[in-house]
Amino acid sequence: MIHFVLLISRQGKVRLTKWYSPYSQKERSKVIRELSGMILSRGPKLCNFVEWRGFKVVYKRYASLYFCMCINQEDNELEVLEIIHHYVEILDRYFGSVCELDLIFNFHKAYYILDEVLIAGELQESSKKTVARLVATQDSLVEAAKEEANSISNIIAQATK
Amino acid sequence: MNPFSSGTRLRDMIRAIRACKTAAEERAVVRKECASIRAAVSDNENDYRHRNLAKLMFIHMLGYPTHFGQMECLKLIAAPGFPEKRIGYLGLMLLLDERQEVLMLVTNSLKQDLNHTNQYIVGLALCALGNISSAEMARDLAPEVERLLQFRDPNVRKKAALCSIRIIKKVPDLAENFVNPVASLLKEKHHGVLLTAIQLCADLCIISEEALEYFRKKCTEGLVKVLKDAVNSPYAPEYDISGIADPFLQIRLLRILRILGHGDADASDLMNDILAQVATKTESNKNAGNAILYECVETIMSIEDSGGLRVLAINILGRFLSNRDNNIRYVALNMLMKAISVDGQAVQRHRATILECVKDSDASIRKRALELVYLLVNESNVKPLTKELIDYLEVSDHDFKGDLTAKICSIVEKLSPEKIWYIDQMLKVLCEAGNYVKDEVWHALIVVITNASNLHGYTVRSLYRAIQTSGDQEVVVRVAVWCIGEYGDLLVNNIGMLDLEEPMTVTENDAVDAIEIASKRHTSDLTTRAMCLVALLKLSSRFPSCSQKVKDIVTQSKGSLLLELQQRSIEFDSIIEKHQNLRSALVERMPVVDEATYSGRRAGSLPDVSTSQGNPLQLPNGVPKTVDAPLLDLLDLSADESAPPTSSGGSFLHDLLGDDILSSSSQSGTILPQKSGTDVLLDLLSTGSPPAQNGSSTADILSISQDNDKTTGNALNSLSSPVVTSAQSSLTMDLLDGFGPNPTMPKDNGPTYPPLVAFESSSLSLVFKFSKIPGSPQITQIEANFTNKSSEVYSDFIFQAAVPKFLQLHLEPASSNTLPGNGNGSITQKLRVTNNQHGKKSLIMRIRISYKLNNKDMLEEGQISNFSRDL
Repeated sequence: MIHFVLLISRQGKVRLTKWYSPYSQKERSKVIRELSGMILSRGPKLCNFVEWRGFKVVYKRYASLYFCMCINQEDNELEVLEIIHHYVEILDRYFGSVCELDLIFNFHKAYYILDEVLIAGELQESSKKTVARLVATQDSLVEAAKEEANSISNIIAQATK
Repeated sequence: MNPFSSGTRLRDMIRAIRACKTAAEERAVVRKECASIRAAVSDNENDYRHRNLAKLMFIHMLGYPTHFGQMECLKLIAAPGFPEKRIGYLGLMLLLDERQEVLMLVTNSLKQDLNHTNQYIVGLALCALGNISSAEMARDLAPEVERLLQFRDPNVRKKAALCSIRIIKKVPDLAENFVNPVASLLKEKHHGVLLTAIQLCADLCIISEEALEYFRKKCTEGLVKVLKDAVNSPYAPEYDISGIADPFLQIRLLRILRILGHGDADASDLMNDILAQVATKTESNKNAGNAILYECVETIMSIEDSGGLRVLAINILGRFLSNRDNNIRYVALNMLMKAISVDGQAVQRHRATILECVKDSDASIRKRALELVYLLVNESNVKPLTKELIDYLEVSDHDFKGDLTAKICSIVEKLSPEKIWYIDQMLKVLCEAGNYVKDEVWHALIVVITNASNLHGYTVRSLYRAIQTSGDQEVVVRVAVWCIGEYGDLLVNNIGMLDLEEPMTVTENDAVDAIEIASKRHTSDLTTRAMCLVALLKLSSRFPSCSQKVKDIVTQSKGSLLLELQQRSIEFDSIIEKHQNLRSALVERMPVVDEATYSGRRAGSLPDVSTSQGNPLQLPNGVPKTVDAPLLDLLDLSADESAPPTSSGGSFLHDLLGDDILSSSSQSGTILPQKSGTDVLLDLLSTGSPPAQNGSSTADILSISQDNDKTTGNALNSLSSPVVTSAQSSLTMDLLDGFGPNPTMPKDNGPTYPPLVAFESSSLSLVFKFSKIPGSPQITQIEANFTNKSSEVYSDFIFQAAVPKFLQLHLEPASSNTLPGNGNGSITQKLRVTNNQHGKKSLIMRIRISYKLNNKDMLEEGQISNFSRDL
């Protein structure tokens, strides 16, 4: 089971956090501080796993961002690396060559996508295409609602002119 | 849209925050945004609710408090439209967690949304429930989720399956309801559904034994077939990862087969073929393939034995271990740790490679490998493995030395075949990384050395050589100094030569020099220097010819700023000069500490030395009981009052034992014996007694004993007997109690504690007096005494105290609530403190004193943490 997902920039800024196990606000910031200290200082050629408080944290660096997932001691680290990559590819497909700025300004989109990939700390879908399709459908639902609201407010505006 | 409504757009806020150059600027921007959001919240504004929530989520991510937005999430979730719900649920998952009570309020909305006609809204609700549901919510909503496992759209079914995992983890007794629906989900073709159903199935099996039996009977064959299809499926771009069809599905299938096959030969039999196929056919040049192989190996190791498969699995691990990719090597080490219980021999074959991994540049790999080596060590290979590890110690990273030393010491202590080997290895470790060795390790070494009487000569010679080369490792120096002090004569006379030793000539002078150098190194700390002084005293007796030289060295510490050293130096100097006839008796060899007793004490690790007067360790002939004789001598007591020291030396000595207890422990905390509570070396210096006040009180006591010299005389007579303890304690008491009418009255209620100035200001002072109830050391009675130092009267005087959880405090009413000025009277108040961790933690207390001075409220606060350790 994945206990939490963290996206940390090279400067140690948090770009996304998702907690599947209960951590209080205080613990969360402590965890983030501890892990960013450990992970950001590791050299490029080293393995992608660090042991931490009896858990394992699997991390992978993409450009300026570190994607980290915390798993149990007995989970398959190599698979989690693959899950990280899976998520990154979906982000990439969604944003069209994703960069850190995309994730800053559209952080909620990154969360929506993550919610289509993981639930309760478990993988939900192995097909990138399906995830992309589901997110796109929901986005279009939002767009449609917006347009409807706009047209209604236009009608009201014209009527009250 | 109202252009005058509050706030900026989300994008603009993020930009503004990013443009901040300092943390203060950022805080200012966030504060402003939060203020406007709060205003919008209290106005119950509808139009911008979702935007405000999005902003709040961003602010939350930056680490600012956002609890005021929690209700907004609930309102958005309750709204009818999809966009509001989407952001509402996101906010719910981000801003809340299962432990917040607000979450209960959302149960009803969730229930409605789970029954919604829009499948995406159902999906949102399932996702939120799966991620943050509490046990109550799980129980309330389980029927809905169960129903959704049969929903028409597969994307809802898969979400419901994962949501069920959360539910059965929170409420395990609901597990049985999910068994049948899962069994039908396992027959599906949709990968998402299959993936999640297998995961749910695995969790059901872990939670419920019945579920495991059910799935083992009904589904093993089906799952084996699914795996077969997955492995042999033709290329499908949707699920392909570097040439492998849906590795996620394969991994989960292997995992569920592992659970089903574990401990069941029939089920294991069914899966043998496909496991062999996966193990041999999977490409291992990409991560995805290795992930599958890794999972497959673990499954092979867990299911019932099939020799051929195990060989295959161990071979895969061997390949992994020699892989250039660090990730692969890491998982190989990890898996070998599990394999060791299955096939230890096979793992031993890779010992050399594993040892190489201990020396890797990657900390994670080193750590794994070290753990593995630790498991690999046994009686037959302990010597070569330890040699390798110790050799590596020389070149290893500083960060790693701590771990490595601890493991080596543990291996050596656990598996050493003979004492000489133990001593040799420990010396090597101490020379390489002495500074990383824990105190108890070198204490244990000394205990072993004292017990190996045939190796004393050999050890002291090796140590002598070691400090010539590794004088920078404090711990080596300590052990060497101790041994030279004890066995200096063996060093010089080459007694007890072993065949393998090279003879060496060390003169008496050399030995003394070695200790002198050790004591003068600038890195030596108090403990080392104190040990040096004791060693010197011992040498002065072992080598009479060096006596003068030793005296010169000892005298040099007379001016030391460290009270302990200064005092010892003066005492020892006096022993060397004036008490030659008893010196040799004083510095006899230390009695041998029983190893079993020592390790028992180490395990218990209780510093109960101070109360155990009957402890055999402290009784015989050590230095401690003597050391304070010269102290009094210095104060001119002996010359006036007693017979000349030469004639009454013995009894006088005992007479002073009591004083030893008082003065030697006066500078609480800085002294060797107190510092090293369980230390066997304790008796080197002192009997480890309750700390008393310094300086002035010693003088007081001395004057008292002068007054009562009749008493002292009595004591002197009685003390000439060899049994010291009882007299010792009674004398201590009468020295302390001085004013008592009958000072020789035997009292044995244990140690007495000096009063403590708990609070002092220019206007007020508070003194604590301590007493203990005999038989319950954890209870301390404190009498608090308040004195007003100003000229005004304090009225409405209230004293409050608070203690941490391991203490219990009982406050009795104060004697008065008015405190007259100029110290004309005082308030006393009794406190009773029970220390549940007596002996481990000392008392600590926070106090608050409030009173009225000329009708003005005054408040004093403070924390008292300098309570005596053994209260």
